[in-house]
Amino acid sequence: MNPHCPSVRAPVAARFKRTLLACAVLATLSTPAFAQDAAKAEAAKVEALEARIKALEESAAATQQALQEARTEIEELKTAQAAPPQPEAAQPETAVAQEEPAPPPEETAGASSNANAFNPAMGVILNGMYAAHSLNPDNYVRAGFPLAGEAGPSPRGFSLGESEVALSSNIDDKFYGQATLSVGTENGEDHVGLEEAYIDTTAMPDGFSIRAGRFFSNIGYLNSHHAHTDAFSDRPLAYQAFLGNQYGDDGVQVRWVAPTDVFLEFGGEMFRGDRFPSGGAGHAGAGVKTLFAHAGGDVGVENEWLAGVSMLRSQTDGGEDGFRGDEKLYLADFTWKWAPGGNTKDGGVTLRSEYFWEDRDGAYIDPNDATLDQPWSGQRTGAYAEAIWRINRTWETGYRYDHLWADDNGPYASAFNPFRHSLMLAWHNSEFSMVRLQFGRDKPNANDTDNVISLQYQVAFGAHGAHKF
Amino acid sequence: MKKQLACVLLLGLVAAAPAFAKPKVFACEPEWGALVTELAGDKVDLSVGTNALQDVHQIEAKPSLIAKVRQADMIVCTGSELEVGWLPQLLKQSGNSRVASGNGYFMASEQVPTLERPTALDRANGDIHPRGNPHVQLDPYRVLKIAKALEPRLATLDPANAATYQQRLNDFTTRWQAAIKRWEAKAAPLKGKKIVVHHISWVYLNTWLGLQQIGALEPKPGVPPTSGHLSSLIATTKAAGTYAIISAAYQDTKPANWLSERTGVPVVVLPYTVGGDAQSKDLFGLYDSTIDKLLGAAK
Repeated sequence: MNPHCPSVRAPVAARFKRTLLACAVLATLSTPAFAQDAAKAEAAKVEALEARIKALEESAAATQQALQEARTEIEELKTAQAAPPQPEAAQPETAVAQEEPAPPPEETAGASSNANAFNPAMGVILNGMYAAHSLNPDNYVRAGFPLAGEAGPSPRGFSLGESEVALSSNIDDKFYGQATLSVGTENGEDHVGLEEAYIDTTAMPDGFSIRAGRFFSNIGYLNSHHAHTDAFSDRPLAYQAFLGNQYGDDGVQVRWVAPTDVFLEFGGEMFRGDRFPSGGAGHAGAGVKTLFAHAGGDVGVENEWLAGVSMLRSQTDGGEDGFRGDEKLYLADFTWKWAPGGNTKDGGVTLRSEYFWEDRDGAYIDPNDATLDQPWSGQRTGAYAEAIWRINRTWETGYRYDHLWADDNGPYASAFNPFRHSLMLAWHNSEFSMVRLQFGRDKPNANDTDNVISLQYQVAFGAHGAHKF
Repeated sequence: MKKQLACVLLLGLVAAAPAFAKPKVFACEPEWGALVTELAGDKVDLSVGTNALQDVHQIEAKPSLIAKVRQADMIVCTGSELEVGWLPQLLKQSGNSRVASGNGYFMASEQVPTLERPTALDRANGDIHPRGNPHVQLDPYRVLKIAKALEPRLATLDPANAATYQQRLNDFTTRWQAAIKRWEAKAAPLKGKKIVVHHISWVYLNTWLGLQQIGALEPKPGVPPTSGHLSSLIATTKAAGTYAIISAAYQDTKPANWLSERTGVPVVVLPYTVGGDAQSKDLFGLYDSTIDKLLGAAK
C-alpha cells in the first residue's frame, strides 16, 4: 500500500473513496502513462512551464539589452564628463557672466567656448644633417646648367636643413587655408620665409577646385610634394637645373577631377613670374602659365600607377641665369608602386621617373656687363629614374640615377653632360621620425667628381598632415 | 502637340533620372561596406576603399581612391582620426563637396561613445587617437547604434527609397538582436579569459565578451616594440595562464608566433573585419567566425 495514503478515522465508505482519489492523484504524478486524463493535464502543465521559461528568457534578454543600453549611456555620460572644461569652470564667476544670457545647452555640452579651440592644425618639420663632400661645394660648377634658385650641393659638415612650420585650417564652409613658414640658413644667417600661403575652395561643384596665393605648382610629380616626403635627401638634378629645386610662386590654380573610374585630373595655373626659372614678373605680373594632366589607378590590389604630362611657359625678364625671352618646359612623370597585399608601408617597390625638355628662345644678358649680350636659343633636357625598396615598416633603401643633357651652343654651351648616382638607406622608427644615410657620386663637369656621404634626421610633430600619393 | 510631347519627355526624364542614377556610396573599410549592404541592398552603388588584409592606419591617398571619392554621393568611414593619414587628402584631391561635410559625410565611430580616450596626448605613447579607440566594429551594440544613425542619412540621400531603408533597418535589427543573444550564449565560456594582443584594437570585443587583455606585442601604436618589452611579455604571458595570443588577419603573424613558441600559448588569427577569412562574408559571419575561432583556442 502506498504509504502516503491517509488512514485517519472516518466513515469507511467516504474514507475509502477519498483514499482512492488521493492515491490516484499521487499515482498520476509519479506515473504519467497511468491514465489519459492525467496525461492531458501533464501536457498542459509542461506547456505552461515552457511558456513561463520562454517569458523568463525574453525578459532576461530584455534585461540584458537594457543593461547594455544603460552601460552605453553611462559611457556616453563619462565621455561628456571627460570632455574639455565647461565654460562655468573656465570663466570667473562675475556679474558680467551672469548678465549674459545662458547659451543653449546643446552648444555648451562637451564643447569649450575657449577661443583656442579654433586654433589651426599645426605641424612642425625639423631636420638636420652631416655631409662630407670630396669636392668643396664652393668650387662646384655644373657644366651647362648654372646653379639658380636653391640648386647646388649641400653644405659641408653639420647643417640644419629647412625647418618648417605649417598651419592649416578650414576657414569657413567654403574655404581652407594653409601657411608654411620655413627657416633656412644662408651664410650663417637665418632667414624666415613664407614658403606657402594659400587658400583652397572646398565647396565648388562637380570636382572643380581653385587655389590662390603662394603655392608650389602642380607640374610634374615631385614639384607639388614637400621635400620632407622625398625618398632622397636632395632633389633630382633635373629639378635643380630646370626649376631651381622646386617651382612655387604667387598665383592661382584651377583643377578639375573627372568623374571616372580611372583617376583623371586636369588643371592650369598662372603665376606672377618672379622666381626661377622665370624672373622679372613679366606680362604685367602674370609671367608664368602652366597646364597639367595626371592619370592614375590600380592594377589589381597590389599595383598602383600615376602618370602625368605638364607644361610651363614663362615670359622671363632678367632670370637668375641671365635669360630674357620665352621659355617652354615640358615634363612627363611616371610612378609605379607594387606592394604585397597593397600594404605599402610594410614592403614593396616604388619605381619613378621624370623627364624634362626645355626650349628657350631669347637672349642672355650678363648680370655684370650688359654689353656682353648674346642670343640664347636652344634646348636642354634632363631626367631621373629611381627605385625604392621598402624592406619592412622600419627599413627602406633606394637607388637613383640622374642625368642632364646640356646645350652645345649658347651662353652655357657644354659638351659634357652631368650625371649622378645616389644610394640611400633609411630607418623609420615611426611614421614621424626617420634617419637616412645617403651616398652620392656626382659628376657635375668633365674634371670634377663629388663623392658625398650624408647622414640626416627628419622628424615631424604636431598635426598629422596626410600625404599625397 | 509638340509642346505637350516635349513636356511628357521632360517629365519622363526627370522621373527616370533617379532610377538610372543609384546613389554612390564609398566605404573606407569593409565592415561599413557590409553595413551599407545590410541597410541598402542593391539600392546604392557601393565601393569599398580597403580590404581586410590591409592596415587601414597606413593606406595611401592613391589615385584610384581619389577617383572613387570623386564619384561618391556619401562616404561611410570609421572616423576618430583612424583615416587621418589618407581620407583628408582624398577629400581635398577629389574636389567633391557632396562628401566633404554634411549628410554625405558619415563617420561611424563618431556616432557612439568611444573607449580609451587618452587623458594625455603625447606621441611618446605612440600614434594614439585623441578621440579614443576608433576600432568599434567588434561591439555588436555599437554596430546597431551606428546602423540606426546611418539609416536616416541614407533616407535623406535617396528619399525615393526611404521606406526600403527603414524596412531593411528593422529587419537587420531583428536579426542582429537575435544573433547577439546567440553569440553571447555561445561566448559565455570566454568570460574572464586572459589574452595578449598584437595591436590595441580589440578593446570593444574584450569589453563585450569579458576577455581580459594582459599585454600587447605593440604596446605603443605605430611604434615597433623594444626587445626589453618583448622579454617581459614572455614572463607576463606565462605567469598569467594566458588563453590566447590575438592577431588580426591583416597583421604579420611573425611576432605573435614568436611569442607563442616561447610561451606555448596558441595564436588565434581573427578576421577583424568583413573579408578577413572565408566565413566572414558579412557582419554576421564576422562575429560567428570571431567567436568560433576564440572558442577553438581551448581545443
